[in-house]
Amino acid sequence: MVPVSYYLGLSAILFSLGVVGFLIKRNLITLFMSIELMLNAVNLAFVAFAWQWKSLNGQVFVFFVMVVAAAEAAVGLAIIIAVFRTRETLNVDRVNLLKL
Amino acid sequence: MKPHFHLWLIPILPLAGAAINGLLGRRFPKNVVAWVGNVFVGASCGWAWWVFARFLSLPHETLPYVRDYATWIRAGSFSVSYGVYLDQLSMVMVLVVTSVGFLIHIYSIGYMAEEGGYYRFFSYLNLFMFFMLTLVLANNYLVMFIGWEGVGLASYLLIGFFFLRDSAASAGKKAFIVNRIGDFGFLIALFLLIKHFGSLDFSQLFPALSKLGVENAGAGLLTAIGLLMMMGAAGKSAQLPLYVWLPDAMEGPTPVSALIHAATMVTAGVYMVARSNVIFSRAPSAMLAVAIVGCLTALFAATIGMAQTDIKKVLAYSTISQLGYMFLACGVAAYSAGIFHLMTHAFFKGLLFLGAGSVIHALGGEQDMRRMGGLRKHIPWTFWTMTAATFAICGIPLFSGFFSKDEILWKAYSSPFGHWVFWAVGVVTAFLTSFYMFRLWFLTFFGEFRGAEASPDGHLGHGHIHESPKVMLIPLVILAVLSVVGGYVGVPEALGGQDRFEKFMAPVFHSGVTAHSRQEAEMAAPIATQHERPGSELAFTGVSVLAALLGLFFAWLLYQRRRDLPDKIASALGGLYTTVRDKYYVDEGYAAAIVQPLIKGSTYILWRGIDAGAIDATANESAETAQHVSDALRHMQSGNVRSYAGWVAAGAALVIAYMVYLGVR
Repeated sequence: MVPVSYYLGLSAILFSLGVVGFLIKRNLITLFMSIELMLNAVNLAFVAFAWQWKSLNGQVFVFFVMVVAAAEAAVGLAIIIAVFRTRETLNVDRVNLLKL
Repeated sequence: MKPHFHLWLIPILPLAGAAINGLLGRRFPKNVVAWVGNVFVGASCGWAWWVFARFLSLPHETLPYVRDYATWIRAGSFSVSYGVYLDQLSMVMVLVVTSVGFLIHIYSIGYMAEEGGYYRFFSYLNLFMFFMLTLVLANNYLVMFIGWEGVGLASYLLIGFFFLRDSAASAGKKAFIVNRIGDFGFLIALFLLIKHFGSLDFSQLFPALSKLGVENAGAGLLTAIGLLMMMGAAGKSAQLPLYVWLPDAMEGPTPVSALIHAATMVTAGVYMVARSNVIFSRAPSAMLAVAIVGCLTALFAATIGMAQTDIKKVLAYSTISQLGYMFLACGVAAYSAGIFHLMTHAFFKGLLFLGAGSVIHALGGEQDMRRMGGLRKHIPWTFWTMTAATFAICGIPLFSGFFSKDEILWKAYSSPFGHWVFWAVGVVTAFLTSFYMFRLWFLTFFGEFRGAEASPDGHLGHGHIHESPKVMLIPLVILAVLSVVGGYVGVPEALGGQDRFEKFMAPVFHSGVTAHSRQEAEMAAPIATQHERPGSELAFTGVSVLAALLGLFFAWLLYQRRRDLPDKIASALGGLYTTVRDKYYVDEGYAAAIVQPLIKGSTYILWRGIDAGAIDATANESAETAQHVSDALRHMQSGNVRSYAGWVAAGAALVIAYMVYLGVR
C-alpha cells in the first residue's frame, strides 16, 4: 500500500516544476504546458485525498478541473495564435505592451 | 367690514418695473426703459395717495389697518406672515417714499440720459422702491428686515453703479459691510423678541409690550433690545460710530444720493426707532443712548461739513447731521417731531442733492466748489430752487425746515426726557448747519466763475454752462414748493398753528408719553412745568432763528464779502483745520484699529497659518505620500508576464509558509 504522502509529495514536485517552468521559460507554448502541469498536479492531490477519505467530492472536482482546463486550452491556444499573427514571436518578454 | 386697500400693489408695482427693465431692458430703447421705470413707480405713488384719501376718512378704532396675505414661516407657536400694517406712521412714510421717489425717477430720465447702463439704473432704482416700501409697510419685524436688507442691497448696487471705477466699487462694499455690523445688532434684538415674547408681529407684540413697566434701574431686557435696535439704526442711518459709509456713498450717481442716501433709505433707522416707540419708551437708558448718539452725530458731522470742498460731500455730512437731529427727537420721546423732520428733510435734502446734480450736470461733471461760483446767472432755475432748499434746511422762518427743526429743539429741552445740553448742542449744530449750507450757496452761485482757468482742457463738455433740461427742472420746482410749504402741516400752537402733524401722528405714539413716563415726568417736573409755556417756546424759537441768521452772516462775511479771510483763518487754525477737513481721521483710525488687524490676522493666521499651513498641508501631504507609495509600487507593474507570475508565486509561498507556521506552532 503506497501511503498518501507519496502521492502528495509527487503532486508538490509536479506543481513546483510547473511553477519553475512558468517562471524561467519564455516560449508561450511552454508556459502553457507548465500551467497544465500545475493543474494536473492539483488533480493528483485531489484524487489522492479522495482515495484517502473515501469521498467522491475530490473525484468530481477533478472532472471540473479537466473541463475548465480543456476550455482554457481552447481559448489559450487561440490567443497564442492571435499573438503570433500580430507580433510574429512567441517570446513572452516581447509581449509587454502594458508596461509603463 | 374693513375696506380693501390692496396695499400689496404699492410695493409690487415697482418690483414689476424692476423685473421688466432688469430682464428685458437691455433690448429696449432708452425712452421705453425710462417709461417703464417711471410708470410703475408713478402708479405706485398714485395708489398711495388714493389710499391716503380713503385713510383719512377711516374711523380711528379701525386703525391700524392690518392684513395678512400669506404665511411665511410656521414653527410651533411661532409664525411669521407676509402682511401690511398701515397706521399714520407708515402712511406718512409711504407717501414720502413714493412721492419723492417718483420725482427723483423723473429727474433721472434727464440726468442719466448720457450714462451707460440706463436700464440697469432704472431697474435698481425700482428694486429699491420695492424694498423700501416693503420695509415701511411690513406688519412684523422679519418682513421689515427683508426690506431693511433689500434697501441695503439696492444701495450697494447703486453706489457701485459706475463699477469700472475702483473707488465706486469699494464704496459700495464699504456701505454694505458697515451696514452688516448694524444689522447684527438688529438681528440679535429680533432673536431676543422671539425668545421672550414669541412673536415678531406688530399687532401682537406692541399690546404685549405696553403691559410691561418702565425699566428705570438701567439694564434690562427692553433696554438691551432698544440698544441693539439702535445699533441697527445707527448702521442704516449713518450715525456715530457707523456713519463712515455715507460720505463714500456719494460715489453713486446723484439721483441715487438724493433718493437713497438723503431722502429715504437712511431714514429707515429713524422709522424703525419710531415704530418701536413702545420698546424705547419703556427703556429710558436706551432712549438716552439714542438721544446722545443723535446729538453727538449732529454736531460732529456738522463740523466736518464746514471744511469739505466737494459739493456732494458737504450734503452728505449735512444728511448725517440732520439724521442726528431726528434721532435726538426720538431719543427725547418726540417721535412725531422726528418723523416731521424726516418728511421735511426728504423734501429739502432731496432737492439739494438734485440741485447739486443739476449744477454738476451744468458744469459737465465738476464737483469741487472751489471751481464753481457765479452760477446764479447761468442756471437760474437751479439757483432759485436750491435757494429754497438752503433756506429750508437752515431753519429760516416760514420755510419747512424751520418748523420741524424748531419742534425738535423745543422738545429736546421741554420733553420729560430732554435736557438743556441737548438743546444747546442742537442750537450750535443749527448755527453750523446754516454756516456750511450758505457757504455752499455762496461758493456755488455767487462771485466769479472760477472753473475755466482750472480746466484748460475744456472739460465743460457742451462748450458753455447750460441749464438742465425740463425733465430735470420740473422735479426741482415741485420739491422746492414742498420745501417751502411742507412745514405748514405742523405749525406749532406757540406760533399760532394747529400742530396738525403731531395730532395726526398721536395715536401711533400714544403709548409713548403717557402713564409709564409719569414717574419720569415728576422727576423732571420743575423743568418741564416751568418751560411748557408758549411764551417760552417763542423765546427758544427766537434763539434758533438767531443761530441760523448768525450762520448766514458768517458765511456771507467769509465767502462773499472778505474772500481772503477763509484761507487766513484756515492757516491760523493750522492743525485743527486740517483735522476737521480730513474728517477727524476717523477712516484712518478705523483702518488702523479694525481693518488692518483684520487683514493682518486673516493673512498671517487664517490664510497662511490655518488654511495654507494646516488644511492645505494635510491634503497636500497625504496626496504626496500616496504618490510616493504608488511610485514605489508602480515598478511591480512591469508588464512582464513572468514577473507577475513570480509575484503570485512569492505571495502564495508566503501564505503557505504562514499556514505551515500556524500548523507547527
